[in-house]
Amino acid sequence: MSTAPNMVVGQSKAARWSFNIAVILLCLWVLVPIYLLISNALSAPADVNGFPKKLLPSVNTESVEFFIGFYGVTKALWSSVQVAFLTMVMAVLIGAPAGYALSRFDFRGKSLFRIMILMTRAFPLPLLALPMAIMFIKVGLDDTVFGLAIVHTTLALPFAVLITYSLFSGIPIELEEAAWTLGCNRLQAFIKVIFPLVLPGITASAIFAFVTSWNEVFAAAVLTIENRTLPAFLLQSLDDAPLHLKFAGGAVLVLPALLFLFFVRKYLFSMWGIANR
Amino acid sequence: MAEINIKQVAKRFGKTDALHSIDLTVEDQEFVVLLGASGCGKTTLLRIVAGLETASSGEVHIGGRRVDHLPPKDRGIAMVFQNYAVFPHLTVYENIAFGLRMAKLDEKEIDNRVNRTASLMHIDALLKRYSGQLSGGQRQRVAVARALATEPEVILMDEPLSNLDALLRMEMRAELKGILAQSKTTTIYVTHDQVEAMSMADRIAIMEAGKIIQADTPVEIYRNPAAHFVGSFIGNPPMNFLPAKKMDSSTWQVAGASYHGPASDKSEIQFAIRPEDLIVDANGPLQATVKLVEPLGSHLLASCNVENTLFRVALDSDAQVKAGDTLSLQPMSDRVRWFDTETKLALQ
Repeated sequence: MSTAPNMVVGQSKAARWSFNIAVILLCLWVLVPIYLLISNALSAPADVNGFPKKLLPSVNTESVEFFIGFYGVTKALWSSVQVAFLTMVMAVLIGAPAGYALSRFDFRGKSLFRIMILMTRAFPLPLLALPMAIMFIKVGLDDTVFGLAIVHTTLALPFAVLITYSLFSGIPIELEEAAWTLGCNRLQAFIKVIFPLVLPGITASAIFAFVTSWNEVFAAAVLTIENRTLPAFLLQSLDDAPLHLKFAGGAVLVLPALLFLFFVRKYLFSMWGIANR
Repeated sequence: MAEINIKQVAKRFGKTDALHSIDLTVEDQEFVVLLGASGCGKTTLLRIVAGLETASSGEVHIGGRRVDHLPPKDRGIAMVFQNYAVFPHLTVYENIAFGLRMAKLDEKEIDNRVNRTASLMHIDALLKRYSGQLSGGQRQRVAVARALATEPEVILMDEPLSNLDALLRMEMRAELKGILAQSKTTTIYVTHDQVEAMSMADRIAIMEAGKIIQADTPVEIYRNPAAHFVGSFIGNPPMNFLPAKKMDSSTWQVAGASYHGPASDKSEIQFAIRPEDLIVDANGPLQATVKLVEPLGSHLLASCNVENTLFRVALDSDAQVKAGDTLSLQPMSDRVRWFDTETKLALQ
């Protein structure tokens, strides 16, 4: 992990303390549920309901093994990965050019367009899900990985556009112009100069799209039956399952997203403090 | 051979005219400075020549070839930007090599040229660094080296020195002038700094409100401004202006004394003289009341009042003058200039 940002010299003790306390609280906010989830998932089924808890559970993979072996889990996991990956690719391929256009070109209705992008998130998904399901059935996209990925892309797209818009805006137009005068056409300048500079941010927005899809349960539950993604599958099958299996399912759901974020964390940091000077 | 011909180039942004039908010819290997206050259109004109902006009408020719429909890469130009625009993800070496790689030169030639331009710009020691590890002055050098390495016929510079501190600017000014003269490129250089313009240019094109007011050698522009604006813009302090009333066909009354001037049918024109072209003389016709004295080392600048108009005089630094004194001044007759009050243009 990166270290805490350097404090401004001369800040008061009280400010420093409240900063530290805020950091600790935020860490606990994230870490305690993860700890409970993993420790319970790794406990023997009998210990899950037991009290008092041991701080470090005796590692018992019984629940997890049972869960993994459970019929349909691996299939749902594979569907999830496919949908999330497709969502990621589509969100970036559509979102990044839109972000570029918003930042570099002036066109009529630009600010309206920008607001409309955000407005798409104002529609509650349940309102859209039913008509969408009917439409999908009509065109044959229902219960397919691709159909669900389209829905998830529309959810992830606004953020992809806005994140890439701010990324491109953070890069001085002169860099591109310099490349043009040095022998590049617009595409070459983009590939040789702009792309390397926005890559970290693009990666971050791709991950954001991936995680958006990975975590989405409502549309997935409505639009798929056979090809359920993991969240939708768990929602359906773990409802009546014993507690230790719910924990195992939760851990399996959280872990990939967690690992993914861990490996790309440095890109996420650079997304918020783009340093290209 | 790369002569630049700008023919009737105009540019409109929405309803405002940024450039009104500009005509300018830059000779092969000439160094022309576009000088003017911010917003006068000088950068827009440069960007039109570069191909970064399209003209609303008119033509641009470089080396006898019409280029206004071509993208920047096909115009045989290189450009240096005000904020340097050094690519942050590439080393200094790769920055300089960028244009050469685009031109698909072989690796050995690229290496030769990078090293040659780097040593010309005194940045050989920095080739492995990234732009984030360079000072402003060093980045400036990289930007110029990158432009020179492609051996362009035309170099376009957009206020390249304005982000440097004063001392460095003076140093770079002289260095750039020498290097550009050696490289035998045709140069258009945009600046708002008249000292920079005067010291570097073969010819200065003074712009105001989207028009070129005068394009001439620095000395000519300083001595014989074609318009009131040029006289008041060039020179620090600027020219002094006083109203002149007609006495007869070519005799004009200025501040109570009469002068021989141009023949004009106007009843009132303007008399103009540079602050250093006045001689203190007990019999001088101009009576000036000193308001403020500024000792500037090389000379002493006295801000005076002549007929309720601010009138500056450059005096010898030993002159014993204080506020409240009255100076009798004799304008050097061959340095007096006359301007039309309405058209603001020079009168012969």
